[in-house]
Amino acid sequence: MLSSSSLTIGYHQPITSGLDLQLRPAEMVCLIGPNGAGKSTLLRTLAGMQTPLSGVIKLGEADLHSLPALDLAKQLAVVLTGRVEAGNLSAYALVTLGRHPYTDWRGRLTPHDEEAVRHAMRLTGSDVLASRPIHELSDGERQRVMIARALAQEPSILLLDEPTAFLDLPRRVELLQLLKRLSRETNCAILLSTHDLDLALRIADRLWLLSSHGELHIGLPEELALNGSLARIFHSEGIEFDHASGAFKVHQPVYGPISLHGEKDGVATAWTWRALERIGYEVHNNGARHPVHVDVLDANHWHLTTPKGQSEHITLRSLIETLSP
Amino acid sequence: MNSSSSFPRLGLRTRIVALLIVILVAAFILSLTLGSVRIPPDQVLRILTGGEPDKASWMDVIFKFRLPKAVTGMLVGAALSVAGLQMQTLFRNPLADPFILGVSSGASLGVALVVLGTGAGGASAFITGLNVFGDLSLAVAASLGAGLVLGAVLIVSRRVQNTLTLLILGLMFGYLTNAIVSLLIYFSQPERVQAFSLWAAGSFGGVTWNQMRVFFPVIALGLFIGYVMIKPLNALLLGDEYARSLGLNVRRARFWIILSASLLAGVSTAFCGPVWFVGVAVPHVARSLLNTADHRALLPASMLMGASFALVADVIAQSPGSQYVLPLNVVMSLFGVPIILWVILRQKQLRQSFAS
Repeated sequence: MLSSSSLTIGYHQPITSGLDLQLRPAEMVCLIGPNGAGKSTLLRTLAGMQTPLSGVIKLGEADLHSLPALDLAKQLAVVLTGRVEAGNLSAYALVTLGRHPYTDWRGRLTPHDEEAVRHAMRLTGSDVLASRPIHELSDGERQRVMIARALAQEPSILLLDEPTAFLDLPRRVELLQLLKRLSRETNCAILLSTHDLDLALRIADRLWLLSSHGELHIGLPEELALNGSLARIFHSEGIEFDHASGAFKVHQPVYGPISLHGEKDGVATAWTWRALERIGYEVHNNGARHPVHVDVLDANHWHLTTPKGQSEHITLRSLIETLSP
Repeated sequence: MNSSSSFPRLGLRTRIVALLIVILVAAFILSLTLGSVRIPPDQVLRILTGGEPDKASWMDVIFKFRLPKAVTGMLVGAALSVAGLQMQTLFRNPLADPFILGVSSGASLGVALVVLGTGAGGASAFITGLNVFGDLSLAVAASLGAGLVLGAVLIVSRRVQNTLTLLILGLMFGYLTNAIVSLLIYFSQPERVQAFSLWAAGSFGGVTWNQMRVFFPVIALGLFIGYVMIKPLNALLLGDEYARSLGLNVRRARFWIILSASLLAGVSTAFCGPVWFVGVAVPHVARSLLNTADHRALLPASMLMGASFALVADVIAQSPGSQYVLPLNVVMSLFGVPIILWVILRQKQLRQSFAS
């Protein structure tokens, strides 16, 4: 287990101080916060790559920053941000580099080392990539290989700095699901920084929310949404977080209110809502009726009431076009 | 699918090692056979195995000239290729060569000071030929120059966190020494300049058996350190930060890698002049042909290929059957560039191998 007490991090100037952190086995923690808040600095400090300005980090019973580098490498592995260019190596050869702390001076792999490498590759689903050269892999495949490399170190702590940064949406979901599964299957404590708030809220066991003023809020994702920490931190960054939907508000209303009525939880209602918000209406469906009102009958029928009159629509597009100026 | 077969084998295959050794032995025999007089291969073998050749004079030709030259060529080829490989990986730069940290500039400055700076006696002693004293004083001057730069670089390397800073310092030092050498040339008499450019053209012919007693152990030491540093070099493929996270002491590894490369490049330059090209080209050919960046394969392969390449280049420089001897560096570039261009352009992995 990784823990810190009264930790102050930063380069010369403290970024944040008084941190009492804990990473528990089989737990996946997402570190969230705006750019420049110091996510990387925190990760690097916890990884022992940067010394804290004050305070201690403990790995089990030992002081992390005074552990011999090789001992640390057997307990803690990192996946750093940015694309890795490791030259003309096969994915397998790259993952074997993770055995560095265990092999002899010539770097020879024992059967146990080879099994650890293969196990790490199977766990991450990168075994099928084993003989492919690393520079031919897609970003998602490469990231899986880099995670396999880290797992080959057989760590109890795995730290990842923005592992989803270069990936498209499906690959991001896949990667976070993979990490979550790994935390369960390997009993590893996993901490990753990410910008994907939506995904982190849904998948993390715990969130570390770092604001640009250096406050760190820790809790279940739902807890931080409920107690308003999420909304507060992102409000100061100039974006609104909607408690109810658990997402950022993207649209600024320009047309005034519109009331929406449809079956509760209906898919058609939900998407009509989004379309109305997108073109600039402030949508209500609390039962009150506004001068402009839409009834969603089903996915093929909309009934629109405006002060000018009523109309029927059989496509969402015709409804939206009528409401647009 | 059998899961064990889906994982590729690592390291250098025995078949490739055998092939490279056969090529090296062939190049070695060739270099003893060809020259101003042709000595048939069977006679060469007879002499090497202690027999009597058909012509007694061949004995001298082999033992006094060709054998030390071939051994020197092999050692220098191997040394510079390994040093080039080390520098390319350490600096993550395909253009890095063994001399990038200024070792050969230091050696040049040492030689320039002796040849261009001393009285007419010293220089003429050099020009009049393969006079042992003149030769040795050059090697000593070059070694001192190279050693001084090496020391400076090693001291800096222990303090500097960023590897790139070292590279820039090395480059700057190179410019500085070149400027001083140019200045010396500018104020020197033509025959001394000629003597200096003779040294700068590179030659494997200057190392006597006596000098070999210094030359060989230093190269062997450099190659041995290089062998021990294979594992750190592999860790460095991912960059300094990952290497550190794997438990590597990057500063210490860098120190030993630079020491190895500088010993190899320094002693080669001291005894044979700055031999260009082989150090930058052979590692690329090795990477390209073996299709890997793994130093467990690359380092021994570069060593063997570099030795063969240097031997063949030297054979061509002797222009067999004629009395002319071409400058080694000229031959290396003229004949080497097309071959290497072909090998490298055939595979488009240069960028991927180094982008960082």
